[in-house]
Amino acid sequence: MISTAFEYQRATSVDEAIQKLQAAGGRAKLVAGGHSLVPLMKLRLSEPSVLIDIARIAGLAGIREAGGQIEIGAATVHTDVAASPLLRDQCPMIADAAGEIGDPQVRNRGTLGGSLAHSDPSADYPAVMLALDATILLKGPNGGRTVQAGAFFQDLFTVDLAPDEIIIGVRFAPIKSAAYAKLHQRASHYAIVGVAAALDVKGGVIQSARIGITGAGSHATRLANVEQALAGKPLSADTLEAAGALAGAGMADVNSDIHASEEYRRAMIQVFTRRALKAAMARA
Amino acid sequence: MATTPVLPKLVGQRVKRREDPRLIQGLATYVDDLKVAGMLHLAFKRSDVAHGRIVSIDTSAAQAMEGVEAVFTGAQLAEFIPPMPIGTPFPSPAHHAVATDTVRYAGEPVAVVVANDRYLARDAADAIVVTYDTLPAVVDTEVAMTGQPAVIHAAFPNNLAVPLVPGGTGVGADGSVDDTAINQAFAAAEVVISQRMLNQRLAPTAMEGRGVLAHFEPGRGSMTIWSSTQNPHILRTMIAAMNGLGQDQVRAIAPEVGGGFGAKINIYGEEYVAAAVSKRLGIPIKWIEDRSEAFVATIHGRDILGYVDLAAKRDGTVLGLKLRLIADIGAYNMLLTAAIPTLTMLMANGTYKIPAIRVALTEVFTNKTPTDAYRGAGRPEATYFVERAMDMLASELKMDPAEVRRKNFIQPHEFPYATPMGAVYDSGDYDKALTLGLKNANWTALKAERDAARAQGRLVGLGLAMYVEVCGLGPSSSLPTGGWEHSGVTIERDGRISATTGASPHGQGNETTFAQMLADQFGVPIDHVTILHGDTSIVKQGIGTFGSRSQAVGGTALHLAGGKVKTKMAKFAAALLEASEDDLVFEGGRIFVTGAPAKGKSFAEVASYAYVPVPLPPGLEPGLSDEAFFEPANNTYPFGCHISMLEIDRETGEPKLLKMVAVDDAGNLINPLIVEGQIHGGLAQGIGQAMIEEVVYNTEGQMVTGSFMDYAIPRATDFPRFELGSTVTPTPVNPLGAKGVGEAGTLGSTPCIVAAAVDALSEFGVKHIDMMLRPEKLWRIIQGGRA
Amino acid sequence: MTQVAITVNGKLRKATVEPRLLLVHFLREHLNLTGTHIGCDTSQCGACTVLVDGRSAKSCTLFAVQADGSSITTIEGLARDGKLHPLQEGFWEEHGLQCGYCTPGMIMSAVNLLNDNPAPTEQQIREGISGNFCRCTGYQHIVNAVQHACKR
Repeated sequence: MISTAFEYQRATSVDEAIQKLQAAGGRAKLVAGGHSLVPLMKLRLSEPSVLIDIARIAGLAGIREAGGQIEIGAATVHTDVAASPLLRDQCPMIADAAGEIGDPQVRNRGTLGGSLAHSDPSADYPAVMLALDATILLKGPNGGRTVQAGAFFQDLFTVDLAPDEIIIGVRFAPIKSAAYAKLHQRASHYAIVGVAAALDVKGGVIQSARIGITGAGSHATRLANVEQALAGKPLSADTLEAAGALAGAGMADVNSDIHASEEYRRAMIQVFTRRALKAAMARA
Repeated sequence: MATTPVLPKLVGQRVKRREDPRLIQGLATYVDDLKVAGMLHLAFKRSDVAHGRIVSIDTSAAQAMEGVEAVFTGAQLAEFIPPMPIGTPFPSPAHHAVATDTVRYAGEPVAVVVANDRYLARDAADAIVVTYDTLPAVVDTEVAMTGQPAVIHAAFPNNLAVPLVPGGTGVGADGSVDDTAINQAFAAAEVVISQRMLNQRLAPTAMEGRGVLAHFEPGRGSMTIWSSTQNPHILRTMIAAMNGLGQDQVRAIAPEVGGGFGAKINIYGEEYVAAAVSKRLGIPIKWIEDRSEAFVATIHGRDILGYVDLAAKRDGTVLGLKLRLIADIGAYNMLLTAAIPTLTMLMANGTYKIPAIRVALTEVFTNKTPTDAYRGAGRPEATYFVERAMDMLASELKMDPAEVRRKNFIQPHEFPYATPMGAVYDSGDYDKALTLGLKNANWTALKAERDAARAQGRLVGLGLAMYVEVCGLGPSSSLPTGGWEHSGVTIERDGRISATTGASPHGQGNETTFAQMLADQFGVPIDHVTILHGDTSIVKQGIGTFGSRSQAVGGTALHLAGGKVKTKMAKFAAALLEASEDDLVFEGGRIFVTGAPAKGKSFAEVASYAYVPVPLPPGLEPGLSDEAFFEPANNTYPFGCHISMLEIDRETGEPKLLKMVAVDDAGNLINPLIVEGQIHGGLAQGIGQAMIEEVVYNTEGQMVTGSFMDYAIPRATDFPRFELGSTVTPTPVNPLGAKGVGEAGTLGSTPCIVAAAVDALSEFGVKHIDMMLRPEKLWRIIQGGRA
Repeated sequence: MTQVAITVNGKLRKATVEPRLLLVHFLREHLNLTGTHIGCDTSQCGACTVLVDGRSAKSCTLFAVQADGSSITTIEGLARDGKLHPLQEGFWEEHGLQCGYCTPGMIMSAVNLLNDNPAPTEQQIREGISGNFCRCTGYQHIVNAVQHACKR
């Protein structure tokens, strides 16, 4: 399959990318690794007139620690996230999740920013961003702005990102007691259900919990009721079991397809919430 | 005293492949790697509805594109391309390469574009606008049999492509039916097993899609056609017939072919269109299939529903088998479509002596991609039905699955064994394969392991299956193409050997196995042998590679041709050595008198003499070249035993294959390394069918598994290490004793894996699970069991 | 049309290409490096795998213009001075291929794997080639082939 024709531009700085986006007036798409966009273009499900390549912008890729926070550049490929010693040590959940995306070649090219901007309903990163309560760093013609992950993922393939804005990266406070658990769709290896759970534990008590889920609905969301059920409870298998049983309750519009009906998905939401919580507990 | 070094015999050895150097270096030439000067590109506009009348086709935008050479609608093509022929004697509706007025499956071509660039051809095809008067899509096989919701071909009421073919005990050659025996068998039964089973629809999915390059040269009036095909000679015959050319005027070439699995036996509409358009325009035309096209435009496999009834005594003795087969063949008959389910009929009794069998086959049209041969082609279905029934019987009688099978085996002394279905099994020792399978799997210990896992709450199960397949196709009475194979062997004047085979390979390694045979036959190094194939202007005659026939039929033809040449070469050598030809030995690159190695000549010297024969021995013609056709008197019937262990995740229903043991008996083996590869590959496809592969259509007749995003084929992470074993029961059907092995792995694996899943879920009272083992399906059984 | 300069198997190649030209078509059609194959449309099968700046990538999911300035290694660039790469030898010795269509991509993925991890376990090998489909071999001989290469 072949994409429709387009004009190719390469940006060497974030500001230049923004200028080019503005000039294209909504007809442009950014490309870095291209592993969300190029397959859609080949199937002619996406037909941008202009493609702006941001892969070579200096400083857009990389993993840094600053002031107790970790920042990952938007153009960082999944392989580098998965292999990062810093992340493996400080925040293994995100490294694990990155290592479960696609396959080795996809991870060598696919980028964090691309995954977030595309926001496939079955993508792995959005759930992780929610569980980290990550800050999405954006830049547009009027300068930079930030959005919390919880507000960023809005709907099916829809995020809080203006046509002339670019994702710079994400920033979050690392947490060790967090884990990602995923039910793989056997063909695509996207998530039928993926749950990222982070537990803030002090003195054997869960201070707070953040749980992000992907694959279940039109976009990644938090499991607020489970989080509330965990907060303030002693960290124990029973606590997690009871809270996990609430996962998905009240969730409207759960996806249904040949790989998993709504009923099965709802059951798997509970199973994988429990699995993610237990794995997080094991790291606490 | 001079000694002649004896070359190690190669037949039976794990000789590494001679094909590989080009393949591992990216130096092989597949059809898309070819370029011919002036070549244009073909693209197809395909229907996006499953069933509908074509109201209008607007090609104006496509035609206006710079670089577009021609656009043809189906109706325009039908003016110079006749309906496509089929290779079976069944009645069939007209099937145009490109639909003329009605589309009958999503993906059916409706128009074509010829352009000077591949990308442009795709753009232009996309620019064609077709409107349809949509008709109801016929999707459900059994509903289709009532003529609902529509009749797809007017001449075939109730969508019955083949209304009913009975077979088995009491069915006469004239079609007369006597139910006495089958009724008595069921009347005498102490236990009857009844189960509806679906052998689901699959996408064959060779990694190289189809592709064709057709080059008609107006000045010569002849056509060269390169195609990714399993059988260039059949392609030649069909292309010639469809284009009003003689077979001498068409040269068909199968270059490197990236897998076939049965799907590249067919001669497809795209090949006919490329050839006819090349002839019409006088320019070379290339078409390369996209994967998205392959899912809808290349034939599918299987899709047979079986209603199985098995009658037995409580001691496990089987008395009778009824098998009602309903094959969903999709929208049209392709080359062998209608014949594939008849192979399921033929092999219905498997490895068992069943006194009374009745099979009834119906074939049904639906608005889906046509089905045809896919690895195993009819035999995995037969194996699946009878083996699942045997397992259900074992379970019902609380017998070990091995025991109930053993009780019913056809015994070694009973071969050749004529089955009630009309097959004559050549040779076999089923108990030997079963016994070795049980030993290799460590069956008793494995059962203990399963029970221990269960005691921990794990869902672990074991499955066992026997199979027998019909291979080495076959006498001409069973193949409309002719059931022989052809080979030519030439000793070149420098003593090197070139040989041709009509068994055109696509991964089977014939360049190696056949060279091993000739090297041994002539006592020369394998490096001195070249095997040529895949080009009808070099290989004079041939049928092709399918039905696990390369070695049994093609190999034998080679052996016979080699024998003829060797006899003649011995006469030249005898003249040169002033010895009797009966006393000569071909060994170590020399030909010498038995017991007197010094009295000999090098192989090359004798070859050279044969081409400059001074003096010419009386009664001989110069040269060393001969050919042979080989037609076996019967098919071969390889067999084996497959055993698996599988675990199901109690929470998610996800199955995981823990163990796969296979014992296969393919008769004598030429190259065990290659044989292992064939078995591994067959197992992979069988396991794929059992566990993760299924073509799914929605109610509108749209294929919802139209890419690798939704249609899973196995990855390396899906398998444990396969454990292989073999028994050797040579066939008397050919002098090599070889039976064939290409499809074996697909036969036993599916029923044994389903048996393992059923066993794993036995606490929930389940008796049968249809493939594929979708996690949700298994999860529902687990949930149901809990409720 | 866009100018690209891409180093392929050590040699700088300049060309003017349509932006939508896929890297795999650039290699196959423009450079006649037909060892890299195409097996799907959706970035799954891995038949088109090459190394881009040392890492495995699916060349069907990359426009040639994106690779401008990069260094590409294809299957044709693996053997050096007429000597097969250890992985090529492994595939030959262990019968790691049948039809050969997936083989170039499979080998390039294995190169990537062994670059990262010269002594992988069998499970790591299976994961390392999980982005490459083979329909012929059932993968067992491919695993053996990679193990063979590791021993050298």
